[in-house]
Amino acid sequence: MKAKPRLAPPSVVSGRVGDAVQRPDAALKTRGDFPYSSDLQVDGMLWGATVRSPHPYARILSIDADQARSMSGVQAVLTHEDVTGRNVYGLEIPDQPVLAVDVVRYWGEAVALVAADHPESARRAAHAVRVEYEVLAPLTDPEVALTDDAPRLHPDGNVTRRIKIRRGDQNPRADVVVTGEYEVGMQDQAPLGPESGLAIPDGEGGVDLYIATQWLHIDRSQLAGCLGLPPEKVRLTMAGIGGAFGAREDLSMQAHACMLALRTGRPVKIAYGRAESFVGHVHRHPARMRYEHGATRDGKLVYVKARIMLDGGAYASSSTAVIANACCFAVGPYECPNATVDGWVVYTNNPPCGAMRGFGSVQNCYAHEAQMDKLAAALGMDPVELRIRNAMETGSSLITGQVVDGPVPVAELLRRVRAMPLPPAVKSDHLELTQMPGGVSNTTHGESVCRGVGYAVGFKNVGYSEGFDDYSTARVRLSVVGGRPRVEVHTAAAEVGQGLVTVQAQIAGTELGVHDVIVLNADTQVGSAGSSSASRQTYITGGAVKTACEAVRERVLALAESELSELSRDGAGGSDGWRLENDSIVSPDGTAVITLATLLGEEVIEETREFRPRRTSRLDAETGQANAHMQYAFAAHRAVVDVDTELGLVKVVELATAQDVGKAINPQAVEGQLEGGAAQGLGLAVMEEIQVKDGVIRNPSFTDYLLPTTLDMPPVRMDILELGDPSAPYGLKGVGEPPAISSGPAIVAAIRAASGRSLSRVPVRPQDIVDT
Amino acid sequence: MEFLQPASWTEALAMKAAHPEALPIAGGTDVMVDINFDRLRPAAIIDLTRVAELNDWGMDDGFLRIGAGVTYTRMIDELADRLPGLAMASRTVGSPQIRNRGTVGGNLGSASPAGDAHPPLLASDALVELASTSGSRRLPVREFYVGPKRNAMRKDELIAAFLVEPAKGPQQFSKVGTRNAMVIAVCSFAVALDSERHQVGTGIGSAAPTPVTAGEAETFMEAVLDDGRLWERPAPVASSALARFGELVAAAARPIDDVRGTAAYRTHALAVLARRSFVWAWDEYRRTASA
Repeated sequence: MKAKPRLAPPSVVSGRVGDAVQRPDAALKTRGDFPYSSDLQVDGMLWGATVRSPHPYARILSIDADQARSMSGVQAVLTHEDVTGRNVYGLEIPDQPVLAVDVVRYWGEAVALVAADHPESARRAAHAVRVEYEVLAPLTDPEVALTDDAPRLHPDGNVTRRIKIRRGDQNPRADVVVTGEYEVGMQDQAPLGPESGLAIPDGEGGVDLYIATQWLHIDRSQLAGCLGLPPEKVRLTMAGIGGAFGAREDLSMQAHACMLALRTGRPVKIAYGRAESFVGHVHRHPARMRYEHGATRDGKLVYVKARIMLDGGAYASSSTAVIANACCFAVGPYECPNATVDGWVVYTNNPPCGAMRGFGSVQNCYAHEAQMDKLAAALGMDPVELRIRNAMETGSSLITGQVVDGPVPVAELLRRVRAMPLPPAVKSDHLELTQMPGGVSNTTHGESVCRGVGYAVGFKNVGYSEGFDDYSTARVRLSVVGGRPRVEVHTAAAEVGQGLVTVQAQIAGTELGVHDVIVLNADTQVGSAGSSSASRQTYITGGAVKTACEAVRERVLALAESELSELSRDGAGGSDGWRLENDSIVSPDGTAVITLATLLGEEVIEETREFRPRRTSRLDAETGQANAHMQYAFAAHRAVVDVDTELGLVKVVELATAQDVGKAINPQAVEGQLEGGAAQGLGLAVMEEIQVKDGVIRNPSFTDYLLPTTLDMPPVRMDILELGDPSAPYGLKGVGEPPAISSGPAIVAAIRAASGRSLSRVPVRPQDIVDT
Repeated sequence: MEFLQPASWTEALAMKAAHPEALPIAGGTDVMVDINFDRLRPAAIIDLTRVAELNDWGMDDGFLRIGAGVTYTRMIDELADRLPGLAMASRTVGSPQIRNRGTVGGNLGSASPAGDAHPPLLASDALVELASTSGSRRLPVREFYVGPKRNAMRKDELIAAFLVEPAKGPQQFSKVGTRNAMVIAVCSFAVALDSERHQVGTGIGSAAPTPVTAGEAETFMEAVLDDGRLWERPAPVASSALARFGELVAAAARPIDDVRGTAAYRTHALAVLARRSFVWAWDEYRRTASA
């Protein structure tokens, strides 16, 4: 029996679709007992450390590991020569080496690995690996990357993907035209749990990896390639995760830990600290955007022209899909008959960028919503009224030509946030510093504080796009344990904190009418679930669980029919309309026909099913026309802020949101998503930015990469609509991302309203507001 | 790394004499960060948390003598009435957990220009008591900061305490950060009014290589208050004088551009903080004087 680390035990969850069900790990986490992936340990375990490039762009001339190898406690030092499979990986384009070979393309790129019997020994040995570099001038400006003079960072050039969308008249005229240039800084997902995992060799050439990740199977397929092993020799088990938000879609330490474990024959753990985490995962793409909006005098959009430049950094990661989203949703959730959108995502020597909550829709929302406010001002119209006048509705077509079906409540969401009561003004007779811009830092007692209100609305796709085969797999097993029926749900879907465990249990509990549902820990012993991203898991894995449950139910009813017909052939009414409820089979009039415990006895019914939503297709290369996405989710925000206009400090007083979630499977989790997403949006709007200078991250710590605290994040007033999408299981829509899209733009609009500044860049810094 | 753990002050001083390279640690809120970030690998550490003498405070010849191991939380809970400026600064330090561990003594030892305790100590003309096996000395805090993260301590010395007079008038502390809590100062300012000596004390944080005072601003405002006999007949200070006070405070700073803010913004913000915090202090003086 191989050693196994302690993982959080699966526990029984009871609830039905629509119930507010508490997370089974809530108490463990509150008590500090939850085993996070950084807590993983087994006897005889080694610690891995990573040697990283101190340069954003350099040629590697030599690597001398002799001294490091000779140090006490050091069991292995590995370089690119020790990569046993293909030394390259990547989610969309395999362009990133497991360990750098002859060149490093970003600051912090992995060059060598160390395993030692103590983390401090590993750290010292990593310092002792001598790498000789020829430093090259880094390419750090994405616009320069497009020019002929720029160094070609990859064989196919510096353009990772170019998108063109051409809709309607390409030379339109309009009564009123507004233009603007906007810039979005580099945000970090900042999951509180840094990258960490434990690789255990099986002694037969294979490896078990315990890992906090977003998609076990894509990790496995990339690992198998890098390690030169068949996939079945690489087994992954989900370990306790401390958030993800896109940061765990790419490999970080997975291949490194497996390489060290296979080489040393011993379990190897790698756990990044916060500083290493900042170079250990991809970030949100910084964006530069130029927009031109044309409208009629009565406020109908005639055209939008947009140029969107995303800095993808050194490697592709999810860049090709992020730029597609940024362009597909460039106009926002508005009807726009004519559109010209040009997008690029390019390679530079900046930190690699990829997936983060909102995935391309966050950046463009800052631009299109600022443009709508500018247009409203130019027209002398109310900004919410202008948005409502142009709002998409069911049957509207996007600039990609896709006709959107299902509920499209853009105008309704805007009306609802507008109708919510406004928070009261700050009391002038009683000073409460925590309510002031600057908080307890005591910077104002009311001097120069101005209130502003801003609105924004946004949308994005749910699920994979552009023809990607989106599916999930669920195995559902019904048996009798201790005289009670029990359902075990097994999928490979990553619970990343979003609440997928309760959702799966609630769906199984609903479909099979059973109280005791256990969701097994995710691993690769069941088929792929796809990633926990794109707001897709409740839809896709939820759909798979539902489908597998339906197959189990069919067999249970068939069994009941055959058993009971033999028992009581005179049974009136037969089996028509029988359903599973309350651990029993129940007839249409509500009377129990037989308990499941009695019916099943020793029998176990198990079914595995895959679920696929409707297919999508790839954007046309020249026109960007396609049914590229399978579902759209919408949210609107209103922000109320107090701004100290003399110091440029901001207090967000309230965020109000309305979002259509189709069906709230677990309302408690939905509320958590709406609040958390809004907090992440607030962060980008006013404080969160990875500051990169000459390719080097200047603030890789939570001392200087500021996240909102409880004194920065206001209460969120929520209006959760359940309009029901006929094409989705239970009518649900993906929930996780829309809260992070329009919350920030609403805050910036409110700061503009309070300060009178144009504020074309986020995060908004104090010096931007006071203009020093 | 050698770990030294004295049980008494005498033992601590002896250890420091024997290991002058040893780094003292109390709350560890600076030292552990530097170690975790790999910026610091001291050969030895002296853990002062078991030295009971450092946790005391009391009166000493008209001064409050406060042990170097007194935490920010205790500054807030026990001394806010007598040292309101330092208590206000203490409230802005880190999170509750950091305030439970961190000490003013540690702030002095690190001598970071961003340390929150420095501006109020400067504004109140505090003294730092340094001790070694060969005796102790008291150094005006204005002479204590000698460079970025450098202070006037000798290698064999430890910080025993700091001494500061109980407030003889209103005090204020303001700090600009880019979030509303748990933030390192972009810049900060402290003002202390001494209604007995008719003095205006100032301190500036995070806007020069060391914490500094704004001497010209102090002299200017003292003259304004004296010339107008405002201490005796408290009336609002003219807005032109307030503006000039702010300018002089800003002029005393030597800020730089860094990840937390720009030099231009710091200069601008200091003038605003100086003006506002003086007004709050002066308004309080007027209320108490007329009451």
